[in-house]
Amino acid sequence: MASMTMIQALRSAMDVMLERDDNVIIYGQDVGYFGGVFRCTEGLQAKYGRSRVFDAPINEGGIVGSAIGMGAYGLRPVVEVQFADYVYPAYDQIVSEAARLRYRSAGDFTAPITIRMPCGGGIYGGQTHSQSPEVLFTHVCGLRTVMPSNPRDAKGLLIASIENDDPVIFLEPKRLYNGPFDGHHDRPLVSWSAHPLGEVPEGYYTVPLESATVFRPGADLTVISYGTMVFVSEAAAQETGIDAEIIDLRSLWPLDLETLVASVKKTGRCVIVHEATRTSGFGAELAALVQEHCFHYLEAPIGRVAGWDTPYPHAQEWAYFPGPARVGAAFRRAMEN
Amino acid sequence: MSQGASLRLHVPEPTGRPGHETDFSYLHLSRAGEVRKPPIDALPSDTGDLAYTLVRVLDDEGRAVGPWVPEADPELLRRGLRAMMKTRAFDARMLIAQRQKKISFYIQCLGEEAIATGHALALQQGDMCFPTYRQQGLLLAREDVTMVEMICELMSNERDPLKGRQLPVCYSMKRAGFFSISGNLATQFIQAVGWGMASAIKGDTRIASGWIGDGATAESDFHTALTFAHVYRAPVILNVVNNQWAISTFQAIAGGEATTFAARGVGCGIASLRVDGNDFLAVLAASRWAAQRARSNLGPTLIEWVTYRAGAHSTSDDPSRYRPADDWAHFPLGDPIPRLAQHLTAIGAWSQQEHDQTRAELEAQVNAALKEAERFGSMADGHVAGAATMFEDVYKDMPEHLKRQREQLSSEG
Repeated sequence: MASMTMIQALRSAMDVMLERDDNVIIYGQDVGYFGGVFRCTEGLQAKYGRSRVFDAPINEGGIVGSAIGMGAYGLRPVVEVQFADYVYPAYDQIVSEAARLRYRSAGDFTAPITIRMPCGGGIYGGQTHSQSPEVLFTHVCGLRTVMPSNPRDAKGLLIASIENDDPVIFLEPKRLYNGPFDGHHDRPLVSWSAHPLGEVPEGYYTVPLESATVFRPGADLTVISYGTMVFVSEAAAQETGIDAEIIDLRSLWPLDLETLVASVKKTGRCVIVHEATRTSGFGAELAALVQEHCFHYLEAPIGRVAGWDTPYPHAQEWAYFPGPARVGAAFRRAMEN
Repeated sequence: MSQGASLRLHVPEPTGRPGHETDFSYLHLSRAGEVRKPPIDALPSDTGDLAYTLVRVLDDEGRAVGPWVPEADPELLRRGLRAMMKTRAFDARMLIAQRQKKISFYIQCLGEEAIATGHALALQQGDMCFPTYRQQGLLLAREDVTMVEMICELMSNERDPLKGRQLPVCYSMKRAGFFSISGNLATQFIQAVGWGMASAIKGDTRIASGWIGDGATAESDFHTALTFAHVYRAPVILNVVNNQWAISTFQAIAGGEATTFAARGVGCGIASLRVDGNDFLAVLAASRWAAQRARSNLGPTLIEWVTYRAGAHSTSDDPSRYRPADDWAHFPLGDPIPRLAQHLTAIGAWSQQEHDQTRAELEAQVNAALKEAERFGSMADGHVAGAATMFEDVYKDMPEHLKRQREQLSSEG
């Protein structure tokens, strides 16, 4: 075990896979010599050479489109889109091509590619460096969408994603890169070295896809969340004194329905928390699943906490961000009924 | 401050429309044999003139002339002619099959047969083509692909290797170096570059060949592919089939007016050729030149194949509504089949009798293949892959939600 930030854990996952599998290659904007704007691939080009870790033109559609061709050849490309906010030029290649190649060719060709992208706000990135577009991928059949909330899961999930034979959208909550963040932006930064989930095995291991985890056990209410909002929800539980059971989905889709259904059946109350905008957000699908599977167990309406339905503002970041106060208010509402 | 005239938007128009003949002088043709052949290791910047002229080998009398005459024994050329004739016979029969409602939709490549068949003969086993929907000649030129398996795909029947998931003509045949046709335009062009990059990363010897039409070059994926191919010197041939029309959109609307599609390549630092796509010998020679460059780590080549879409875009299209009905008869590059037949006849390797006999044989083979494929049913008679198979291959391993939906389909419909 070693103490790692999420950046170091992701780098370690790529290092492990470059070492284990000659078919793994890594590219994207600035990821080669420089090691990426968030340093996730630092040192990998020096270690594995320019033909396995290299820079790409500023062209997300080209990065993903070429990765699909490499996947069809038999490689396992891991590509980085510098910010999730920049993925839209690649959307056609992801939706029409990567996600459907296996299906349309009846397994003749496949695209076992992993598309990494930092997502979410809390870093004063404004509306072009803060988005959480996960629902644009969960809606697409044939994709796997994954979002870790801590270094230990990040490494195991990334290795599992690279090894997976389906295309995987791997969303990295950038506000968690260097430490857990509970939404109190005015308090001192906390480092991963002070958190047990910053203790990461140094070698190979996986966290299986389609498996959620009970991040915090509790009896009063089930919180379904992922990414940064897991820590915000934990803070809200402490501050309200409500004994919330927090489920960290980890794999958004396909998901581990059993774990969240079991929890809601136990607590009878459910609040869904995500940073992405509310309307038609992934929370809507989660709420539908909960009522389909747990209707007779529910003692209160399902609550949703999300980003407002506005672009992510710059100067008003903390009024936009669904912090512990807004999450806590939703917890209290769920308990009042 | 000068006072200029009012500004005007320029919207290109074809020179011909229904009721008045096309003036094909916009094509800027070269004489057969006129265009130089650069050494295999020519710099991309040294191919600038070749992007604006037209590589041609066969002259009007069927003689093979000039520096691009390929080394090809008559037997190979006879094989090429047969492949073109087979493609034409196949298309003709499948059009009828569509009208007979045996298949739902079809796209023929009438008039463009030389490009895919000639290119196929210049590639090697293991190379990978990323085609559009008008390169059936790549498959029909091969000895290891049967027409029966192609027709089963067209009929979406029980033997359809794609299990009824794709529209007719969207074949996928990895073993024959034929990437799955998407049905979306241009996406495959950058994927071809990626496949070539992968081959180079692995130190392989195989090359990729990407295909796109003149209309789809307007998509960003085309320009993306050129950039990536150039940046990584990818072992790929970038084929632009300029058949003048994208449904009703004339090639000038795609950006072909007063320039060429081959010229895009030179601007990106890619060796580029503009070639008579109805001249089988020119197709063979240019394809070989590009393939040899790719295989020698000399990088990509863009080839614009100048041809004419002689038929409708698809069985859902009526071109007489937007272009002169007899346009093909006036197209200056003619018909690739009689052009190669004329050449082979001139060198004593073909005859009218052999031509007629071959055509009859091929038509009989196509009819027999259709009959054989019909044994496995069609969409019309409901002999298609079972409904439950639609849940397969979405993911490698079927997730729980798809198992639940499959169960629901089986219990509720």
